[in-house]
Amino acid sequence: MRERAAVAVGLALLVAAPFVLEAMDEAFLLSVLTRMLAYALAAAALDLVLGYGGMVSFGHGAFLGTGAYVAGVLLHHRADGTAVIDWPVRIGGTAEALVAWPAAALVSGLLAAAIGAISLRTRAVHFIMITLAFAQMVFFLVLALPQYGGTDGLMVPGRNVLVGASLAGDAPLYWAALALLVAFLAFARSAMAARFGLALKGARMNERRALALGVPVYRIRLAAFTLSGAVAGLAGAVLANQSSFVSPDLLSWQRSGELMVMVILGGQGTLFGPVLGAIALLAAEEELAALTEHWMLILGPALLVVVLFFRGGLWRVVAGKGGHA
Amino acid sequence: MLEARGLTRRFGALAANEDVTLTLAAGECHAVIGPNGAGKSTLVAMLAGEQRPDGGSVMLAGEDITSLGPAARARRGIARSFQITQLCRDLTVRENVMLAVQAASGWHWGFLRAARNDRGLTVDADASLAAAGLASRAHIPAGLLSHGEQRQLELAIALSQAPRVLLLDEPAAGLGAAETPALAARLAALKGRIAMLLVEHDMDTVFALADRITVLAGGRVIASGAPAEIRANRAVREAYLGDVVDA
Amino acid sequence: MTATLFVEQTLNGLQFGVMLFLMAAGLTLIFGIMDVINLAHGSLYMAGAFVGATITARTGSFTLGVLAGAAAGALIALILELTIIRRLYARDHLDQVLATYALILTFNEGVKVLWGPAPIFLSAPAALAGTIEVLPGIPYPTYRLVVIAAGIGAALFLGWLIGRTRAGMLIRAGTTNRETVQALGVDVGLLFALVFAVGGALAGLAGVMAGPILAVQVGMGEQILILAFVVVVVGGLGSVRGAMAGALLVGLTDTWARALLPTLLRGLLPPASADQVAANLGSVAVYLLMAVVLAVRPQGLFPRHA
Repeated sequence: MRERAAVAVGLALLVAAPFVLEAMDEAFLLSVLTRMLAYALAAAALDLVLGYGGMVSFGHGAFLGTGAYVAGVLLHHRADGTAVIDWPVRIGGTAEALVAWPAAALVSGLLAAAIGAISLRTRAVHFIMITLAFAQMVFFLVLALPQYGGTDGLMVPGRNVLVGASLAGDAPLYWAALALLVAFLAFARSAMAARFGLALKGARMNERRALALGVPVYRIRLAAFTLSGAVAGLAGAVLANQSSFVSPDLLSWQRSGELMVMVILGGQGTLFGPVLGAIALLAAEEELAALTEHWMLILGPALLVVVLFFRGGLWRVVAGKGGHA
Repeated sequence: MLEARGLTRRFGALAANEDVTLTLAAGECHAVIGPNGAGKSTLVAMLAGEQRPDGGSVMLAGEDITSLGPAARARRGIARSFQITQLCRDLTVRENVMLAVQAASGWHWGFLRAARNDRGLTVDADASLAAAGLASRAHIPAGLLSHGEQRQLELAIALSQAPRVLLLDEPAAGLGAAETPALAARLAALKGRIAMLLVEHDMDTVFALADRITVLAGGRVIASGAPAEIRANRAVREAYLGDVVDA
Repeated sequence: MTATLFVEQTLNGLQFGVMLFLMAAGLTLIFGIMDVINLAHGSLYMAGAFVGATITARTGSFTLGVLAGAAAGALIALILELTIIRRLYARDHLDQVLATYALILTFNEGVKVLWGPAPIFLSAPAALAGTIEVLPGIPYPTYRLVVIAAGIGAALFLGWLIGRTRAGMLIRAGTTNRETVQALGVDVGLLFALVFAVGGALAGLAGVMAGPILAVQVGMGEQILILAFVVVVVGGLGSVRGAMAGALLVGLTDTWARALLPTLLRGLLPPASADQVAANLGSVAVYLLMAVVLAVRPQGLFPRHA
C-alpha cells in the first residue's frame, strides 16, 4: 500500500518537474534530470540481473556505453552523409529515434548475450571478475576506433528525431526518457511477477533446487542478462542525446561500479529503488562537487559506511518495503 | 523404468560407488540402505544428474541419460527430495510449488501475466498443497515453516511435478515419531503409480514400503532382493542390520 | 621479425608477467583463504609506487624506496584488514565489491590530495640505468632484468612460505578447506591478517618496481588490478601456481600483441592511426585469451578442486 503511494508520488513529481522548473525559471535543470532518468533506466535494468537474478555484473558500463556510441555514431554518419559500413550491406547514419534507439538496444543486447554466454558458465567471484574484464575489453575495442575519436570521444551533432519530431530542446528529450523509464519499469514489474520472474528468483534463492526441478537456469539467466544489457544500451542512447557527446568514459569500470552503487543505494530487487538510487547518487555527486574539488573523499567513505552499516536501501525507507538484503 | 549400470564414482583414491547396478521398475518402491558412508547419497546424486559417474551409465525408460544434467533429467520425469531440505526460502510456500509446476510444464517465458493469476500453475499447485495439508500455510515464506512442514513441502514440490521416478533421499530425516508413520502412509499411497527409489535409515519405514531392497556397503552392492530375503541374508545382518538388531 | 625484437619482447613479457604475478598472488590467496574479493588491492600497488617514489626522492636511495613501498603496501593492507575487510568476511561478494570500490574512490582521491593529480616520476638507480648484453648483440635494460630477478625471487619466497612453513601449511589447508583450519584451533584472525599483509607487501613491491617503467599516477592501480583479475581467472582462483602460469601467459600475450600488431596494421592503416589502433587492439588480446581459456576450462588452468 505504502509502496504504491510512493510510486504514485514519485511519478507525479517526475511528471510535474518540467512545469515546476519552468515556473521557477530553472528550466536548465531539466537536462540534469534527463541524465538522472537515463541512469535510472540503466540501474533498473541492472537490478533485473543483480537484484532479482543474483548475478553481480561488474560490466554494465559496457552496455550503457555501447548503446550511447551506437546512437552517437548513427547521428555522426547522418550529419556527414557517410555510411557506417559499406559491406556486406550499406548501412547509413540515421537521426530517427525509432531506428537508432532499437539499434542501440539490439547491439548492446547482442553484446550482453555474447558476454553472458561465457560469463554465466562461471559462478560468484569468477563472474564478477569476468564481467569486469569483458567490459574492459569492450572499452579498449572502442578506443581502437580512431574514426570515432578514440580516447577523446565523439561530439554528437544534433539530436535524434522521434517520428519526424525533433528531440532538440530539454523538454522533448525529458519526456522521451521518462516514457522509456516508466514503460520499462511497468514491463519489468510484470515480468518479475510472471513465470519468468519466478524462475529467475527461484534460481537465485536455491540454484540446486531449481535445477532439480528442471528449471533451465542458464537459459533463464542469459535471457535476463541480455534483456538487461539491451535496456542499458537504450539508456546509453538517451545519454548520448542528453550530453551531445559520447566518450569511452561511459564504458569504463567506474561507470559499471557507479551503476552497482545506484542499485544497492536504492535497494536491490525492487526496481523502483535503483531509480531512487540513481537520482540520489547523481544529486549527491553534483552537490558534493559544488562543495569541494575532492568530493570523492566524502563520497567514498560515505559509500563505505552505507555498505557496512546501512543495508536495505533507500526504497525501504520510503516505501516501507524493500527487496532482499 | 530407471536403471543404474555399473556406476562408479571416485573421489581421489576413494571409491564412493564401485560398479553399482540396480533397476527400478515402474511403480515399485526400491529401497537403498547401508551404513553411513556407504555411498547412498553419491548414488542419488548420480541418478539425479548432479554428479557425473566416472564409469557406468544411467538409463531412463531405455534412454541413456548419463550425460544429461539435473535439469534435463527433471524435465524427463525424475523428481527428487533432498536429505537436507532445499527450498526457495524467500518465496512463499505456494510459489515454491508453482515453480515446480512451471518447471514441469517447461514454459518459463511468461512476462505479462502474474504467476499468481496463472491457472496453469495455481490449479496444480493448490491441489498439491491441499494434499500435503499445507493449504493454510500457502502464503507465508517457505523459510518460516517448521522443520516438519518443510519436509512436507519438499515432498509436495516433487509430487506436484507428476514425476515418473521419484528419488527420495532420507525423507524421514529429522521427523518426529508421530510424523514418520504419516509420511510412510503418504508414500505407500503412491506405490504402483510412481517408481520410487528410497534411501532411508529408518528400518520400519523401509520394510513397510519397499518391494525390493538393495544394500550398499563401502560403495558396493552387497545384497539385493525382496525384504524377506534381505532380512534373512547373513552378510547383510553382519555388515549392517546386525548393528540395528543388537541396538 | 628480428631476433633482437623477439628476445626483447619476450623479456618484456616476462617482466610484465612477474609484476602481474606479484599482484595476482595476493589476490588469489586472499580469495582462496578468506573468500574475499578485494578491489582495493590495486590501491596497495598505487600506494607502494607513490610512497616508494617519495622515499627514493627524499633519501636518494632506490633500495630504501623499494623497501618503503613494500612496507607501505603491507601496512595499509594490515590496517584495512583490521578495520574494514574483517567486517566483510561474513558478507556476500556484492558487499565486498561495493565496499572495496568505495575504498578505491577514497584512495585515488586521497593520493590526488597528497601528491597532486599529475604523474610523478621515479627513475631507476644509476647503477641499473644501463643495458646488459643478454645475448651477443642484443642489449637489454639492466633495470628490467633486475625486476624479473626480483619477481622470481618473490615467487620463490612465496613458494617457500607456502610450501615449507607452518603458516604456509595452514594457508594451503585454508584454500582447499576453510573449515579445517578453523577446526584446528588456529587463530584464524591472525592468519588472515598475515595473508593480507603479505599480499599487500607484494602489491606494494610491484607498484614501486613498476615506477621507473610506467608512470606513477592515480588510476595505475585499477589498470593492473583488472589484468590481475584476468590472471587469476585464467590461472584458477586460489591457486598460486595458477597465478604464476596465468601471469606469464597474460604478460607474454599482452606484450606480444602490442609488439606485433603495429607492424601488421601499418600495411592496412595510415601510420599515425595504426599505432593508436594497435595499442588498443593489443590490449584486447589478453581478454580474448581469457575468453578462450574460459570456454575450454571454466574453472581456469589450475582449478582448486581438481
